[in-house]
Amino acid sequence: MENQTVPADSGLDSGFDRLNRDWYIDKAVQVLVFIGGISAIVFIIGIFVFISKEGFGFLVGDFNFKEFFFSPNWRPTSESKETFGILALIAGTASVTGLAMLIAIPFSLGTAIFIAEFASGKTREFLKITVELLAAIPSVVWGFIGLAIMNPIIIKTFNVPVGLNVLNAGVILGLMAAPIMTSIAEDALKAVPDRYREAAEAMGATRWQVIYKVVLPAAKNGLLGAVLLGVGRGFGETMAVLMATGHSINIPTSVFDSVRALTATIAAELGETAAGSSHYQALFTIGIFLFIITFIINLAADLIVRGIRKG
Amino acid sequence: MFEATQLNRKNETRQTLIRSGLGTMTGILILPVALILGTLLYKGLPVISFEFLFTSPTNGMTAGGIFPALLGTVLLVLVALLASVPLGVAAAIYLSEYAPNNWSTRAINLAIINLAGVPSIVHALFGVGAFVIFFKFGTSILAASLTLAIMTLPVVIVATRESLQAVPMAFREACWNMGATRWQTIRRVVLPNAVTGILTGVILEVSRTAGETAPIMFTGAAFFLPLLPQGVLDQTMALSLHLFVVSTQVPGMPEALPFGVALVLISMVLLMNSLSIALRMYLRGKKKW
Repeated sequence: MENQTVPADSGLDSGFDRLNRDWYIDKAVQVLVFIGGISAIVFIIGIFVFISKEGFGFLVGDFNFKEFFFSPNWRPTSESKETFGILALIAGTASVTGLAMLIAIPFSLGTAIFIAEFASGKTREFLKITVELLAAIPSVVWGFIGLAIMNPIIIKTFNVPVGLNVLNAGVILGLMAAPIMTSIAEDALKAVPDRYREAAEAMGATRWQVIYKVVLPAAKNGLLGAVLLGVGRGFGETMAVLMATGHSINIPTSVFDSVRALTATIAAELGETAAGSSHYQALFTIGIFLFIITFIINLAADLIVRGIRKG
Repeated sequence: MFEATQLNRKNETRQTLIRSGLGTMTGILILPVALILGTLLYKGLPVISFEFLFTSPTNGMTAGGIFPALLGTVLLVLVALLASVPLGVAAAIYLSEYAPNNWSTRAINLAIINLAGVPSIVHALFGVGAFVIFFKFGTSILAASLTLAIMTLPVVIVATRESLQAVPMAFREACWNMGATRWQTIRRVVLPNAVTGILTGVILEVSRTAGETAPIMFTGAAFFLPLLPQGVLDQTMALSLHLFVVSTQVPGMPEALPFGVALVLISMVLLMNSLSIALRMYLRGKKKW
């Protein structure tokens, strides 16, 4: 095709030229959209490369595996001896995420079952839209709610001096994660074919028996995926936990203790560090840790959800 | 004809109990949020006025309006859209129209899921390492917007891919049979049928981008600036960060002002989401296939 040598003024020529041109455009577009497609991979690798590059100096220098993961002392700016232990920060993140999940998992699964299996017509539509809108509330607004609304409520109700603590952040994070988990869980329930339900109903099962014995077992993996994504979301949340936890380094012994989360530490301290200092590099190292953990959570959720499609 | 047995009745009662239990749970999940939003509205509404929206903060941000933050958020969103919409639509076209069903496509899908799942503060670190330092954009609107664009790319990709895949295969086959190339088919048949769906995704992205705080904290948004930004290499104020600043960083802040800022931000985001939902419902009602 490329070597066509037809006289320039023949009618044939323009026809072939146009076909040629269309073919080239088609190939060019294919290359362009392919670049768009692989850009997601490029960005994920890019994120890992760039945060590793900034954290590298700490990893080969001051980094001490035992101190980093097992010391509760995060004193990056100490005059005498800097220590970079993130155990207390991990405890902070874990306690807040754990409480949030205790609240969010039962409520979001319950709500998802109600919306998918019991509600119908207008009620269902209304609930679905409400859940979607709740999921859209920005995290900084949630943080503000924790600070300005939850804080005084907790102080008054429980008669404690400070209302910015595990309880506050856990409730806020639970309310934040629940709508997302609800919509993913509802999708998983809806993905169970109706013929399963019909077969069970034909045998005389009540609606709840159908749900309990047929729908839930069939949607098990999707529901587990929803829970995992909720955990990932809670774990990585930044602004809300920065504003609602009280941001003080603590291994909590009760829900009324203030704590500090991994994500919030980066957000609060990065602005005050000099680029290239150990402190700065240590914050990027926490970033690498967060990246790896969320990567594993997302990968696991993906594999579990994919399991149902194959099976 | 049929007499309800005792077992039947027991099952019925249990079902009613469970049904109302689940309904109550749904209520418990939604009610506090409704109360919270009500409180925001009650305390924030008196603050909001024409002057609040269109003047600069004064008196160490304890008085005056939020105009520079509002403008900054609009700028950040616009620049982010310029970067992410073409890229996201291209990626979605590839995944929906070209991608073979093999390991490389799986890798792309996994990357998209991860891009959506990486914590926002990690995106911020990436923005600092890549755009601020490596590409030497400095802390600027450009660096912040690109960080936001990468973070919200999955929103555009997923929405666009869904609306492309909703176009029936028969449409494409008819077009190919007429001798059209793949691209001609996409441009003339697939995209026109999917454009409203893509738009819902773009609106959702606007909402996500406007509300994000952590990714812009160190890449281009400033606590306070006396002047408005003059170009994409300047820093800017942003509404989301402004809410963080006025509620945590400024001593002597009047109690009501942060409520006003929060109300403006949340109204913006919820309005965008409602628009997207309305568009989607309109589309569903119109669909002929």
